[in-house]
Amino acid sequence: MGELTALWGTLPVWSQLLLWDLIKIVAIVVPLMLSVAYLTFAERKVIGYMQVRIGPNRVGPRGWLQPIADGVKLLLKEIIVPSGANKALFVAAPVLALLPALVAWAVVPFTNTLVLANVNAGLLFVLAATSMGVYGVVIAGWASNSKYAFLGSLRSAAQIVAYEIAMGFALVGVLMAAGTLNLRQIALDQAGGFWHWLFLPLFPLFLVYFIAGVAETNRAPFDVAEGESEIVAGFHVEYSGMTFALFFLAEYANMILLSALTAILFLGGWLPPFDFAPFTWVPPLGWFLLKVSVILFLYLWLRATFPRYRYDQIMRLGWKVLIPVTLVWIGVMGFVIFFTPWAFLFYR
Amino acid sequence: MTFEDAIFYFFAAVLLGSAAMVVTIRNPVKSALFLVLAFVSAACLWMLLKAEFLAIVLVLVYVGAVMVLFLFVVMMIDVNLAVLRQGFADYLPVGGLVAVLMVAEIALAVGPKQFAAGRLAHAATHVAHPHYSNTRALGMLLYTTYVYPFEIAAVILLVAIIAAIALTMRRRPDTKYQDPARQVEVRAQDRMRIVKMRTEPKA
Repeated sequence: MGELTALWGTLPVWSQLLLWDLIKIVAIVVPLMLSVAYLTFAERKVIGYMQVRIGPNRVGPRGWLQPIADGVKLLLKEIIVPSGANKALFVAAPVLALLPALVAWAVVPFTNTLVLANVNAGLLFVLAATSMGVYGVVIAGWASNSKYAFLGSLRSAAQIVAYEIAMGFALVGVLMAAGTLNLRQIALDQAGGFWHWLFLPLFPLFLVYFIAGVAETNRAPFDVAEGESEIVAGFHVEYSGMTFALFFLAEYANMILLSALTAILFLGGWLPPFDFAPFTWVPPLGWFLLKVSVILFLYLWLRATFPRYRYDQIMRLGWKVLIPVTLVWIGVMGFVIFFTPWAFLFYR
Repeated sequence: MTFEDAIFYFFAAVLLGSAAMVVTIRNPVKSALFLVLAFVSAACLWMLLKAEFLAIVLVLVYVGAVMVLFLFVVMMIDVNLAVLRQGFADYLPVGGLVAVLMVAEIALAVGPKQFAAGRLAHAATHVAHPHYSNTRALGMLLYTTYVYPFEIAAVILLVAIIAAIALTMRRRPDTKYQDPARQVEVRAQDRMRIVKMRTEPKA
């Protein structure tokens, strides 16, 4: 141990910083990947019970090793590159899909002190990072040299661009109420019990953000980019083995990311719903994980409940319903904050 | 060379390399993707200059939205490269002249004089204190000192959007489309009639 600290002391400062950051990144990514694996398991179990089935229960005790078995199976499968595909882009696409989903975690605060980078413009950073996720899907569709994949990627690009606008406007409301772009500050701003959480004054924006989040992650009922019934599997129809698994990981990592953001922006992050005894005993990380889990359960519940939207209905909902709702609510907030004595409703 | 210098030269090299690829590569989709890479490297350079708001907005707007729509279009068109390459030699002198002029203008605008040590030191004093928020400062300037130019620019963009839609939209009377408002209004009795009749005995 003493030798190790001596070795650490001999390293130049910049490499010390680099190593320390790398350790922190691993400490975030490893639990995240584990949660992704067990989210797939949870999804199959939850939907199974909703459809009066049992779900996977063969591998390991009560099926608990199922995600490991899935991972090993995908690792061992051959990666098939279709003839006529653009090989470099075909392989790069899944990486480009997963990367933004991981990058955004750099600024997500788990508790008051547990955050990799406490950035001032954190909210913008998250928006920018998640907006890059569409490239993986678009490039996958084009590089596959397949009609189904191409159609899927075009659908996905249009859908993600449309819902990103609604999402951005919903975040403008959060910004107006919290007065900062720093994610940690936004959560701290909601301290003092659940009636201070932003989902109450911003309820329409909260709904829009949640719906746009489901659409952004290409989840049911907005999963026309995959649309098994019309375009087989959409953008990843030509992918197999690990390349397919990366798309899968990206989708679930994005789900967890958006749930975490919803928890931080609208549901008080790691703060307890009541600021007194039995509730404050639970550690902050516990509250955070609980809120994220509840929102993730909503995602799974939606998938088990609703049929898939038709493509024109998706576009109509995005452009003609969600965006006007956010615009009106931002106008209402601005008016109330600046011209009426009820500004305390939105702005503390 | 400090660590920061190394990062700067790395991103600068990527930026110049990808910018060169944008204009030289044959495949339009790859060209658009190299432009994305150029934008991201430029954003990283801005981040080094502590202009975090501009850097993030560059990625958010250009990489996240504009280039996606660009790719959308470029992927669907079938460009015939042979036609595009025709007359390359004829256009070379004019094109070359324009290129030289542009390089000269850029050199004048962002030459070493504008980045003299005195000016940079003045800028650096602002950044010195730790709670300085780039975003807040920029917002304050945009919505106070420069509020009229800012609003006018916004209105011009709005006009451009409306003009583009007005130019390309055409109503086709033969297209069938659904009116969701009317669909929602429909009641069962409008569409369905329950007829009561006696059962007929089996013959």
